[in-house]
Amino acid sequence: MAGEIQNPIIRVRDITVQFGSTRVLDGLNLDVKRGEILGFVGPSGAGKSVLTRTIIGLVPKVAGSIEVFGVDLDSSNTSQRRNVERRWGVLFQQGALFSSLTVRQNIQFPMREYLRVSQRLMDEITMAKLTMVGLKPEVAERFPSELSGGMIKRVALARALSLDPDLVFLDEPTSGLDPIGAGDFDELVRTLQRTLGLTVFMVTHDLDSLYTACDRIAVLGNGKIIAAGSIADMQASQHPWLRQYFHGKRARAVMG
Amino acid sequence: MTSDPKLERIAKGNALALCATGTWTASFAPVLERMVADAEKLAGGSQNIFIDVSEVAKLDTFGAWLIERLRRSLTHGAVEAQIAGLSANYSSLVDEVRRVRATPVVDAGTITITGMLEQIGRAVAGVAGTVAGLIDMLGAVLAAGGRVLIHPRSFRLTSTVHHMEQVCWRAVPIIVLITFLIGCIIAQQGIFHFRRFGADIFVVDMLGVLVLREIGVLLVAIMVAGRSGSAYTAELGSMKMREEIDALRTMGFDPIEVLVLPRMLALVLALPILAFLGAMAALYGGGLVAWLYGGVDPEAFLLRLRDAISIDHFIVGIVKAPVMAAVIGIVACVEGLAVQGSAESLGQHTTASVVKGIFFVIVMDGVFAIFFASIGM
Repeated sequence: MAGEIQNPIIRVRDITVQFGSTRVLDGLNLDVKRGEILGFVGPSGAGKSVLTRTIIGLVPKVAGSIEVFGVDLDSSNTSQRRNVERRWGVLFQQGALFSSLTVRQNIQFPMREYLRVSQRLMDEITMAKLTMVGLKPEVAERFPSELSGGMIKRVALARALSLDPDLVFLDEPTSGLDPIGAGDFDELVRTLQRTLGLTVFMVTHDLDSLYTACDRIAVLGNGKIIAAGSIADMQASQHPWLRQYFHGKRARAVMG
Repeated sequence: MTSDPKLERIAKGNALALCATGTWTASFAPVLERMVADAEKLAGGSQNIFIDVSEVAKLDTFGAWLIERLRRSLTHGAVEAQIAGLSANYSSLVDEVRRVRATPVVDAGTITITGMLEQIGRAVAGVAGTVAGLIDMLGAVLAAGGRVLIHPRSFRLTSTVHHMEQVCWRAVPIIVLITFLIGCIIAQQGIFHFRRFGADIFVVDMLGVLVLREIGVLLVAIMVAGRSGSAYTAELGSMKMREEIDALRTMGFDPIEVLVLPRMLALVLALPILAFLGAMAALYGGGLVAWLYGGVDPEAFLLRLRDAISIDHFIVGIVKAPVMAAVIGIVACVEGLAVQGSAESLGQHTTASVVKGIFFVIVMDGVFAIFFASIGM
């Protein structure tokens, strides 16, 4: 485990992903360091979600290797893989809550599967998670179809965090939230990162999140990482898309 | 890095001090819960209560909550238990957990006899609702059909053709195969049993009448209910779930006209065609078995068939087809539009669509049997 601390928590090497004849990711390399919040940006359709889904193992890759927690996901056996999956949480863009389970059951689903915990403790932890993501306890007995878009995001985050993972993938966590809610969300991610030593891989378009929540930013373009570094590095970059992104009207508004 | 968690009492006398050590994480939850439950009994009358957590190696939400649970249960009256030695890393987590309100009681919903009786009552009352829903949909479809007749340009030809392809053209292979096999089986069974009376040739009469009047259309209708009725329900249901139907409505379209009418029309046109093909396949299969197994050569089969059946038999069969198609379509669309937000609901309504569709098809067949018997056909 000592080695894990120095090594990056996610190590992506020469990843190539192809759909038919379109090459979405082309020899991409990326490291995510332990304990950081990595913001992942890029133009729409550049393959941000595809990379996330490839790392999680939902999209097959043509070439390359992925290591998470020092485990190569291609050569790992089932129990190693399960161990990795138990230590990460994923927030999908649409929430992906189980529609026939209540909020409480949704959050408890991973706990039931992976932990041996009493029902009382599970209920209490569920309440704790709901409080953490800023929801009232009354929400627990509702079904996903009875929630607003922002609430679905929060419940999905609570579910992603239900096992206290070391690593979370957030796919556009603040989209569809009001600015105050989005700000709270950033704050929340920060708090959780500090308290739980969480590593966060966040796909986002929210400039506020990039400025306030992220330690490091990686930019995807043409199937590769075109830049990675701090927000200052991004602003200093001469890449045309980055210039537009970080010096456009909305960026100036955020910087004040 | 992980070490077994411990909770020890370190001071006696007036003050109660508990020292937590080791890894307080989810993996150790059962052990932690037991330790905390034991420690809760220690509260006694102590005036100062401390929980020292400075030696805790690792803490997550589960651990933090259990410490908080212990703190809450040790607190009595004016004496509030304190958490001491909290490292800066974990203080915000513990603060976060401190805000949590106690768990509201979840009503598990006990099963009672009155509850069961109530459910039966509601189910019976629901039957009337089902019938009303079907009549409602029939009316809506007819009204939409009327509007389309007045304004033919609003008719959705492309959609209708698309659904024709799905429910008619693509269904032909499986329908023909199954009815062919059924024809074979009827002929084989007929020959096998009629042979004992030396009445082999009458198998042709039985096959012709049975296939044209009943089996052809009934079997095909049941298969279409299973194949296309379920597809309609699932399509409309998932559109309902994703608010696509609401989107149509807000754009000023009538979902009945846009979604239901083309599907209904396709089904009403498809079923007679499929029933005809099915009947032909069954007759062919029966004829083949009669020839190969029963020794009735094709010429004799056709001659006998011409004597045995009249055009009436064919009409009786084929007239039922569009009516059954309408019943299947209406049931499928009503169920599809009744889907609620969850995947479970989609499954329930798709099941209901097929079950009710087949049930009403058989009921309709019975009604037709009485009707044709009365008019002497």
